[in-house]
Amino acid sequence: MLRIEHAYWLIAAFLLYSGWRNLRDGHGWHAAFWTVLGLLFGAGDFILAQSAAGHALPAQVAGAGVIALALLAPRLKRMAHPESSSAEQRLQSAIRLGHKLLVPALLIPLVTLLVALFGAHVVIGGQALFAAPQMTLTGLALACVVALFAASVIARTPMHEGAAEGRRLLDAIGWAALLPLLLAALGQVFTRSGVGAAIAAIATDFLPTGNATAALLTFALGMVLFTVIMGNAFAAFPVMMAGIGLPLLIHQHGAHPAILGSMGMLCGYCGTLLTPMAADFNLVPAALLELRNPYGVIKAQAWSALWIFISTFVLMWLLVFR
Amino acid sequence: MNYWPLLGVAVIVIGFALRFNAVPVVVTAALVSGLLAGLSVPDLLALLGNSFVSARMLLLFVLTLPAIGLLEHAGLREHAQRWMARMQSLTLARLLIGYLLLRQLLATVGLTGVAGPAQTVRPLLAPMGEAAAEKILPGFDEADREELRAVAAATDNIGRFFGEDVFIALGAVLLIQGFYSQHGIELSPLAIALWALPTAIAAFAIQSVRIWLYQRRLQRRAAAPRHRQDA
Repeated sequence: MLRIEHAYWLIAAFLLYSGWRNLRDGHGWHAAFWTVLGLLFGAGDFILAQSAAGHALPAQVAGAGVIALALLAPRLKRMAHPESSSAEQRLQSAIRLGHKLLVPALLIPLVTLLVALFGAHVVIGGQALFAAPQMTLTGLALACVVALFAASVIARTPMHEGAAEGRRLLDAIGWAALLPLLLAALGQVFTRSGVGAAIAAIATDFLPTGNATAALLTFALGMVLFTVIMGNAFAAFPVMMAGIGLPLLIHQHGAHPAILGSMGMLCGYCGTLLTPMAADFNLVPAALLELRNPYGVIKAQAWSALWIFISTFVLMWLLVFR
Repeated sequence: MNYWPLLGVAVIVIGFALRFNAVPVVVTAALVSGLLAGLSVPDLLALLGNSFVSARMLLLFVLTLPAIGLLEHAGLREHAQRWMARMQSLTLARLLIGYLLLRQLLATVGLTGVAGPAQTVRPLLAPMGEAAAEKILPGFDEADREELRAVAAATDNIGRFFGEDVFIALGAVLLIQGFYSQHGIELSPLAIALWALPTAIAAFAIQSVRIWLYQRRLQRRAAAPRHRQDA
């Protein structure tokens, strides 16, 4: 049975390989960084299982590992490895292979789609092939393996070349790859430290309570601002709802709960488009597309975010107090 | 109420504003908030370690890198560009708006993992967009290329964000429903999801207009008297 944990082991193997290749090339800091990360990925299930059983030590060691990654990250210089084939070679290969090159690239979304849609019905020997939790992501991992296999067949290149090319891209992305995980961990620490509750307490002290429109605007802007700080609208939503949405807008001013909830969340999404804290959507793509400005993607979507926010707010204002 | 953990937020804001390396900034913020909230060092380390490994799915995109790297080595981007250059009727705006629509529709039915920056933008959308832009403006330089790739990534994000909220069985809608149900208000997921439709349509219209304006800017530059000789 394929589970999401298998994908994590595969990532661990790839990270350890990247560490080893960097060590061989004499890039010690890169080697240490990817190796520590690879060990955290490989040991992840063990760490979570031990924590659930009440043994905190593995999780504490993992926490120390995270701090080690933080100390190593500034030492990684963005290094763009030279392309492994010349532009001329790539063009010749493109002409020779033509549309066949698109097949493995399209296999990634296609196989993911098939697993997402039909994965639940695939049964081999009386056992479901895909475990239900995270089936789409398990499908994505499987799709990557299938695509790598197809690519190596079509390009008549051995599969280990793929690992080497992948490592080249991974080094180009560098520490930015890590940010989404760290920010997710930060969100957990913020929640446990009561950061959200403290912000809500401050916000309620300065609230315009009498005027429904002012309260609605505070709620909508609060969703944006809090999302920008936390990097995630899901973290902002309960805080703003408990602070303003529920007591003021719904109970005092009679706002429609479904509209307020849905459109309030979408105001938060506009904040997600604006913040480097949402690293997986904003900083990782910038690194992946090799932009020199890490905030290039945010810059490209800022005006869209503003207009979407304005239209959502106006719609919400028109609809929510009916 | 203990307000000291808010200093963690201050660490983030200052660290990002001064453009320090983001990794130590985020970890420092977590340590500051946790310690000021009175967590003991062993508890804080365990919390950090547990939450980090619980978020492993966020690194799943690296599994696309070997296949994508191998295909790029074999000329995938060059092929996408050549193919795009041959299709006269497929303009830059049509390509990006078509992608936006597809991404949004897929997200609407819950298929957010099917496309993305690693799966589709880098290997396909960005090189095809570059080729389409070159048809408009032959002297497309490196800075223009970066802007185009950023627009492609932005289009991907906007399509995903403002589609996924319409899907009833996914994070946002269930979170909203769960919050209300904890506070004694029962709503069906469908009632919540439907109110995301107006914004979904507005987001599609706004991003489409912005893509069209971006294309028109390139067309105007192409029509204007040339400043550069290489064009």
